[in-house]
Amino acid sequence: MTETVQIEESDSWLEAFEALEHAEKDSPTWLIPFRKAGLAQYAKTGLPTLRDEDWRFTNIDPIRKTAFRPTFAPAILEAAVLDGIPYPFKTGNAARLVFLDGHFQKDLSDMSKLPQNVTSISMRDAVAREDLRLDQHLGQYTYHHDNPFAALNAAFFQDGFYLNIPKNLQIETPLHIIHLSSGNDAQASFARFFIRAGEFSKCTILESHHALSEGIYLNAPTTEFVVENEANIEHIKIQDESKQAFHIASVYAQVGRAAQFRSHYLDMGGRISRNNIRTKLNGEGLECVLNGLYLADGDQLSDNHMIVDHSKPHCDSHEYFNGILDDKARGVFHGRILVQQIAQKTDAKQTNKNLLLSDDATADTKPQLEIYADDVKCTHGATIGQLDDEAIYYLRTRGVPKAVAQRMLVHAFAGEIIDRIHHNVIREELDEMVWTRLEKFAHFQNVTTT
Amino acid sequence: MSNKSLLRINNLQAGVEGRAILKGINLEINAGEVHAIMGPNGSGKSTLASVIAGREGYEILGGEIEFRGEDLMDMEADERAHLGLFLAFQYPVEIPGVNTTYFLKSAINETRKARGEKELDAVEFLKFIKSKAKLLDLPEDFLKRSLNVGFSGGEKKRNEIFQMAALEPVMAVLDETDSGLDIDALKVVANGVNQLRGPESAQLVITHYQRLLDYIVPDVVHVLHDGRIIKTGPKELAHELEDKGYDWVIKEAEQPA
Repeated sequence: MTETVQIEESDSWLEAFEALEHAEKDSPTWLIPFRKAGLAQYAKTGLPTLRDEDWRFTNIDPIRKTAFRPTFAPAILEAAVLDGIPYPFKTGNAARLVFLDGHFQKDLSDMSKLPQNVTSISMRDAVAREDLRLDQHLGQYTYHHDNPFAALNAAFFQDGFYLNIPKNLQIETPLHIIHLSSGNDAQASFARFFIRAGEFSKCTILESHHALSEGIYLNAPTTEFVVENEANIEHIKIQDESKQAFHIASVYAQVGRAAQFRSHYLDMGGRISRNNIRTKLNGEGLECVLNGLYLADGDQLSDNHMIVDHSKPHCDSHEYFNGILDDKARGVFHGRILVQQIAQKTDAKQTNKNLLLSDDATADTKPQLEIYADDVKCTHGATIGQLDDEAIYYLRTRGVPKAVAQRMLVHAFAGEIIDRIHHNVIREELDEMVWTRLEKFAHFQNVTTT
Repeated sequence: MSNKSLLRINNLQAGVEGRAILKGINLEINAGEVHAIMGPNGSGKSTLASVIAGREGYEILGGEIEFRGEDLMDMEADERAHLGLFLAFQYPVEIPGVNTTYFLKSAINETRKARGEKELDAVEFLKFIKSKAKLLDLPEDFLKRSLNVGFSGGEKKRNEIFQMAALEPVMAVLDETDSGLDIDALKVVANGVNQLRGPESAQLVITHYQRLLDYIVPDVVHVLHDGRIIKTGPKELAHELEDKGYDWVIKEAEQPA
């Protein structure tokens, strides 16, 4: 089972792994090889460079140059820290799961609103529970050869969350995963989330990432979704890390027949951030929507990288990603729709639009179709542009001042994405969050009335 | 009819990229009057509308435009709108994601603010806007839709006239509003414009064809050719142009005086 790991000199990850092995002597027997496989995959490739096709627009040198250390010892948080963070559902109408640097915070979490028959426990506890058979499930739907950060997550995760929604259960209360980073320099977090939605079940899952201070840290969570036949999952991920931090998230979803998987991404924080999204459409007649909005200013880089794998006929998939970029910010989009030979009657659509608010902002976009079936409907498109002068002029002739007209158009551009969120309260709160953030962009600070 | 001058254009010359399009326009419109500007394609009709409305990208090479006694040249398009000027576009712009109600509320309240009037609250605004929508026979749901998105050509033109009715301008400039309209839509549009007629307001109707002028009857008709107004006459001039074309006017203008 065990593989030999070639240890390069002074690789801080390999050194850290020895410390982890020592600390986790009592972990279940299957977990050690699981971790070692992750580490071996990482050791094989190392961190990606611009020569890797999947990373060619995203230079992660700043990550490579920092000697990050995983956070082993879970800290305990005071409840008051939550007051200082702007996150949705402050009013308390959601089941709340709180994490600090990848570790579950039981005292700050509130699962009382979840139905009794939902299995919801911390990942630390879940791996130890033999009846959950995580050795059979964890990592079944992930692959790491193109993503060393997911490999590192497999090697280093210690905690996170396990959620199993039984067949036929429709949960009205949203579930909110709040991940906090303490923000200490060189700290790395590897939370692991596993969410299984049974047949005909329904649930809204909000996942938000926040910083308690503005340090240079790495947050690399991995989330696995198993969406069974005719289940309906809406997932909304908000990334609002420190502007110094690195956030590389990996999301894997396996979606079953006639199911609905809607996954939304709002990226606002981080010096370098990336969502690595892999969805396998594994049953007929399902619908998969990946819908994202990225706001970046200063020298932020925001990257969304996805592969949608149509491996059964009659599936619909849609990817919509809009970026609003100011200052020297960079947006990266890489979307690949893979239509297998068997996947006839696929209806796939992919768009990436970038709005540049300054002369120095840039966007790289690479929408791709890879089609092996002959009876499919697939479209893709990308735009990079500035605000439409003609539209601004039109609005001004109606008495709308220039600054207001510009805001209207930017808001509309963000609204294209936000409007696709089904959950009413989350949609409205997100709209507010986006607008508050955009108002801080240099572009809107400088707009005068002429 | 009052003789109060609303719009006074004096020797206006304008162009793009060094090429003159308007070569000395003189035009005076008084309160209570409807003027029509007719002319063949390329005569400068749309440029004139754009320069009056304050579109960026035109070079003003000489002359003046005064509206209600104020010099328009240094004013932005929105400031001109606040002063009571309205331009109905030949090709209204589709703006995805900007809800028609939200847009109109902003337009009306920004205008009211600029005029020192109290802004309308949500209830007042909806009541006001629904009464205006009825006049133009627009579909009930259009207020909820994105501005002009998915509208037919006729619906877009009606939406222009609806916005005009809602903004209650002192002077409206209609740039080829009749193009692409069937006869029923034309009547609806004309009816909307005629509702605005009054002793204190004026309209400038720019058109290629006489058809619209059967429904919006002008007091004065001007013929624009090669950037100049070459003939001015009563409403009958429009019919004459419809029957005989523009060639005779152009020839007449080219005769040495």
